[in-house]
Amino acid sequence: MTGTLAAIGAGLAVIGAGIGIGNIGGKAMEAIARQPEAVGDIRSNMILMAALIEGAALIAILLSILLA
Amino acid sequence: MRKILPILLVSALTLTAGLAQSHHHHDEHDGHDHSAHAHDTHDAHGCACHEHHDETFEPAATAFHHIGDANAFHFFGNIYIPLPCVLYAPQQGLSFFMSSKFGKMDAHGTAKTAVDRYVMVDGSVMRVNDTKFPAGEVAIECVNHKTTKVDGKDVDQFEVVYKGECYPLDKRSTLDGGVLGGGITSFYDFSITKNVFTMLLAFLLLFVLFRTAAKGYETRRGQAPKGIQSFLEPIFVFIRDEVAVPFLGHKYEKYLPFLMSIFFFILGLNLIGQIPFFPGSGNVTGNLAVTMALALFTFFVTNLSGNRHYWEHTLWMPGVPALLKVLILTPVEIMGLFIKPLTLMLRLFANITGGHIVMVIFVGLIFIFGQSGANLGGGMVGTLMAVPLTMFMMALELLVALVQAFVFCILTASYIGAAIEEPHHH
Repeated sequence: MTGTLAAIGAGLAVIGAGIGIGNIGGKAMEAIARQPEAVGDIRSNMILMAALIEGAALIAILLSILLA
Repeated sequence: MRKILPILLVSALTLTAGLAQSHHHHDEHDGHDHSAHAHDTHDAHGCACHEHHDETFEPAATAFHHIGDANAFHFFGNIYIPLPCVLYAPQQGLSFFMSSKFGKMDAHGTAKTAVDRYVMVDGSVMRVNDTKFPAGEVAIECVNHKTTKVDGKDVDQFEVVYKGECYPLDKRSTLDGGVLGGGITSFYDFSITKNVFTMLLAFLLLFVLFRTAAKGYETRRGQAPKGIQSFLEPIFVFIRDEVAVPFLGHKYEKYLPFLMSIFFFILGLNLIGQIPFFPGSGNVTGNLAVTMALALFTFFVTNLSGNRHYWEHTLWMPGVPALLKVLILTPVEIMGLFIKPLTLMLRLFANITGGHIVMVIFVGLIFIFGQSGANLGGGMVGTLMAVPLTMFMMALELLVALVQAFVFCILTASYIGAAIEEPHHH
């Protein structure tokens, strides 16, 4: 039972991270389309932000593994 | 015709693989996982080997077995490359021998000889913590595996059968304090395992590559780069100009060697982990201990190079009411100090482990469809699905290998950059 709950928790964490990273990717594409000359800066900042969001999701997944 | 030839070749190979796994499923270690069910019905006096019946393929167990560390290098089938074992037990001191001393290992990585109370089980060394068990080289009957539930969690327990007696086996000590199911046991394993071997290989490879490139800059001073130089220089310049300079400013040269070491070491290990056979296949960056060590480097470099400004903003943020600082800001900032390396550790581990597990599961489709090799048609359909999916996943993992090395590097640079930032005078 706790395993099932942990799996649901991990799934919920992934939904949040997915929405966040999707927003970042979409906005970054819009920004690149508006200002193609700033593509380098936008790309590295996009990866940085995606990595930070991923970090929050990973902590949630770790907790769900440890408490399973 | 030339376009069709590769397609024919791939189809022929897939069909052969499908046929081969159906006929030789007993030699194939992916096919079955042994004694996963709990058998604890043996009587108190005697102890017998549990019979090995053909069980269903368990994708998760197989995947975890494949991405784990091991004391011998699995080549294929029951062929292993021995690795040195350096084992220390407080009761009997240090033991040093090659893992070939355990004798012939089966496809799961279990051997039939115990050496100084050490037994090779599923590719890892375990120990009998019982002085009744004889030291030296002893032939054992078999190793039983049972799963018991402790506090609602499945705990694997192994026991070795010797002369009709069962002896429980201890796993190697780990430093997780029981959080991840380990803890201090009766022995410590300092062996050159598969992961250690892969790390030494990556270290040697990087040393040779960069030494050659560096020599090139000395001998052909002022000339265009040549050979390996031309390969390494763009990557090096990219990390310097896109990561080090923007985040670290004019002090970037001090931290450049650290950033480059981190980046190329992780990239090298990720790429070596992608090779599915001997010199590669060690899943090093998918090991929490390794990523923890890497993250600890970042933690210490960041906090030891932090200036007064950084510590002031971490511990006693100026311009904020004292009550707010004591209740919220300082605790959160102190937690943040540890969460930063924690996420670095988890991100690399989770991405690499996730990719490897997905790949093993895709290959496992062959066995899921073929019902552990009993069904020829299912095996072939599974193979036809598994090959393109695994190729797609491998291509994706090449990208992930690069992106994760880059992300680790850029986050390290941003943490160090935040720690050495000079205050802005208004």
